[in-house]
Amino acid sequence: MGAFETISFKPEFCNGCNDCMSACAQAKAQSEDFVHSRIQIVPSEGGYELAMCRQCGDPECVLYCPAAALAKDAASGVIDWDATKCVNCLLCTVGCSYGGIVYAAPAGHVIKCDLCDGNPACVKACSHGALKHLRSARIYNEVGNLEDLFVPGLSGCQGCNTELIMRHTLRRIGPDVVLATPPGCIPGMGSVGYNGLAGTKVPVFHPLLTNTASMLTGVRRYYKRIGRNVKAVALAGDGGTADVGFQSLSGAAERGEEMLFICVDNEGYMNTGMQRSGCTPYGAWTSTTPVGERGRGKTQDAKNLPLLMVMHQCAYVATASTAYMEDLYDKLDRAIRACEHGFAYLHIYSPCTTGWRFPSDRNIEVARKAVQTNFVLLWEFDPEGGLRLTHPVEDPLPLAEYVKVLGKYRHLSEEQIAHIEASVARNVKFVKGLAADVPLAAARAGIA
Amino acid sequence: MDQTHYLIIGASHAALSALHAIRLHDAQNDITVVTRDESLPYSPTVLPYVVSGRSEPQRVFLRDEDYFARLKVKYRRGAAVRKVSPAQGAVKLADGEEIGFSKLLLATGAAPALPAIPGLTEGKFHVLRTLNDAIGLHQALPQTKQALVLGGGLIGMHAAENLAKGGAQVTVVEIQPHVLSGYFDADASGIIEKVFAANGVRLLTASRVAGLATYVDGWRATLGDGTLLDADLVLVATGVAPVTDYLDGSGIETDRGVLVDDWMRTNAGNVWAAGDVAQARGFFEGRKIINGILPDAVGQGRIAGMAMAGDAGAKPYAGGVPLNTYAFFGQQAVSVGVQEGALDPSGVEVHKQVDAEHASYLKIVLKDGRLAGIFGINAAFDPGIMWELILRRIDLGALKQAFLASPQQTARALMSKTWR
Repeated sequence: MGAFETISFKPEFCNGCNDCMSACAQAKAQSEDFVHSRIQIVPSEGGYELAMCRQCGDPECVLYCPAAALAKDAASGVIDWDATKCVNCLLCTVGCSYGGIVYAAPAGHVIKCDLCDGNPACVKACSHGALKHLRSARIYNEVGNLEDLFVPGLSGCQGCNTELIMRHTLRRIGPDVVLATPPGCIPGMGSVGYNGLAGTKVPVFHPLLTNTASMLTGVRRYYKRIGRNVKAVALAGDGGTADVGFQSLSGAAERGEEMLFICVDNEGYMNTGMQRSGCTPYGAWTSTTPVGERGRGKTQDAKNLPLLMVMHQCAYVATASTAYMEDLYDKLDRAIRACEHGFAYLHIYSPCTTGWRFPSDRNIEVARKAVQTNFVLLWEFDPEGGLRLTHPVEDPLPLAEYVKVLGKYRHLSEEQIAHIEASVARNVKFVKGLAADVPLAAARAGIA
Repeated sequence: MDQTHYLIIGASHAALSALHAIRLHDAQNDITVVTRDESLPYSPTVLPYVVSGRSEPQRVFLRDEDYFARLKVKYRRGAAVRKVSPAQGAVKLADGEEIGFSKLLLATGAAPALPAIPGLTEGKFHVLRTLNDAIGLHQALPQTKQALVLGGGLIGMHAAENLAKGGAQVTVVEIQPHVLSGYFDADASGIIEKVFAANGVRLLTASRVAGLATYVDGWRATLGDGTLLDADLVLVATGVAPVTDYLDGSGIETDRGVLVDDWMRTNAGNVWAAGDVAQARGFFEGRKIINGILPDAVGQGRIAGMAMAGDAGAKPYAGGVPLNTYAFFGQQAVSVGVQEGALDPSGVEVHKQVDAEHASYLKIVLKDGRLAGIFGINAAFDPGIMWELILRRIDLGALKQAFLASPQQTARALMSKTWR
């Protein structure tokens, strides 16, 4: 049994417009009457709540059916109702504690959500972001069966998402690859090897901080010359990318070398003791931007490295977050395709539990808050389609929601927070200015 | 002697639920299911629809052969158990064969309890508990002009409706003042009775059959008041009783059913029981009751299966809550929880709206601001959510008035917020 798609509901975004119920009643019964809607929005203390089928993993309604009329489809995960077997006994409605299968008097039988064959009408009708069709099951089903190309037992800090990034990306890239992991957390946690054994099941090497992109240039060109299509991939930190590694990176990008350069951005040299990097944001504590009598953290803003790569007109550039895996995978797939014919650059945000000082169970939450507050923008670029936001946040959370979670910002004054807010606003405005006024799907249709 | 780790006697909801729970935790150890039936598993609840012809007998099976093969389960049909010996870890089948077990589940359900009516056993009468019973009734339908149903409980009423739909003139004789008195009060039963009367079914409540005699090709019944009633088909639906006869001499404690603790375990350490055969703690009463309903069979089966497999995720039985759904002539009656009479009167509130004209009824019983029972006819509410509100003892608090005004919407909002 694999993972399944589902519909998520965020009550905080629901304004009770009932467009979803109209769409469902229309789609399922060509009716205006909400009684036909498989999704039911109910008012609740000034807000709205939801009753609908959860397509449970171990569904009680199926076990309660005396007529074998309900069954969970092993492929889609949808609980199917068979009208020819149903005897209308309503016992399924006793089994469901979510109001997900309900007797509809005008229909004369029970009704339930069937996810509209994978294209739910309610989600399309929701213009407030309260309903979302979650397709991340695809990742599990497709990628779960691919071979993990790192060895077991990488020794990252507790709660770090870098191991997740490494394993997911390399699984997807596949075994025909030469991997470069310049100094930083990624070799530090054992990907290059330890005790005389390699940490990966593919060729991996440990370049200098300065020459990662140069060495990959040579590797890719060599294999091309001998007629083998071997991908050249870097998994590097932000220091090795934005600072000391930038010269070779910029050169390779400018020449259009065929490689995929993945920058795992944890906003500093975290592996060597949490020194600041060019990607460390304003106000952040690091061991070289300490907080004391006079020091109040870093005094400069971070450089926007992915935008710098856009200016190289790379074949593909994107930012991604592990809080949005579907988006990350879309971009990874595009980057993998792009690195066959040009320079692909993927910038993945990686909150650092140790260096940023937050509880180790909050990594994905921190990554999500960064996006929800617009501190981090998710977008992609290719020379044909231009730049477009893949996850625009129109109504961001207050920045305080993000900074208050992080120990590295604990000392911030009101002025410093105002400074960061202004930087975020400036960045949003700037990126939106660059973004093509083309719907995402249309832009994507234009590229490979 | 065949040896199996898990032995399950019975193959309906409790047995299948236990089997599912065991295999979720234990993929390896042998499981054997033995059933007295000759068929694949089916539900007694579907049988009235087999009688009417709405369900085809070959399409009511809850599992297929492939299911048992995939789960590596030995499924043995036509194997009735005659004797259980917990100390020896063995059962004896009707044909004398013995099967050894490490852990045993009794899920033998219930069988019709025959009333002591003089003359009943003289002729051929029907009951409705097995698929063969249902097929027999279905085949008898075309020749049936006058049907007599003894008992106005769920089985009797279901069967009466389906016999009527099959073209018979049906009379139901019920000893209580109202039909379905186990689930509904007089007002609700009154509405149901009216619908039956309107559909040509004669209901004789507060009546009893004093005697039966074979007469021409059928029967002649003498009612308590002396009235004579002819019928060419008699269906006895006066109740069911747990099947426990095979436990004689086993040392397993029984009362009306097999007594079990909150893990569905009997007094024998290697024997569990679940479903209609089990007598487990009632949610409201505290004492052990027989809550012979399909949902409880599934729930008890799961607990038994998890306990037998040693699944650490098992949770003890929350207690049996009476509930049922009853669809009749296109109308819906639902009952969840208990009537006010079953509760200690302090803190009990009853709210009732009856519209007999439109066959609409809603009754809500609260105890100390918490839901204890909700009963409806053609009333919109989600039984599963109401059951959960009762089990979780959710204090309606400030939402009480909203709940009384609109139980469905209020309960859905509570659900969505509370167990999101």
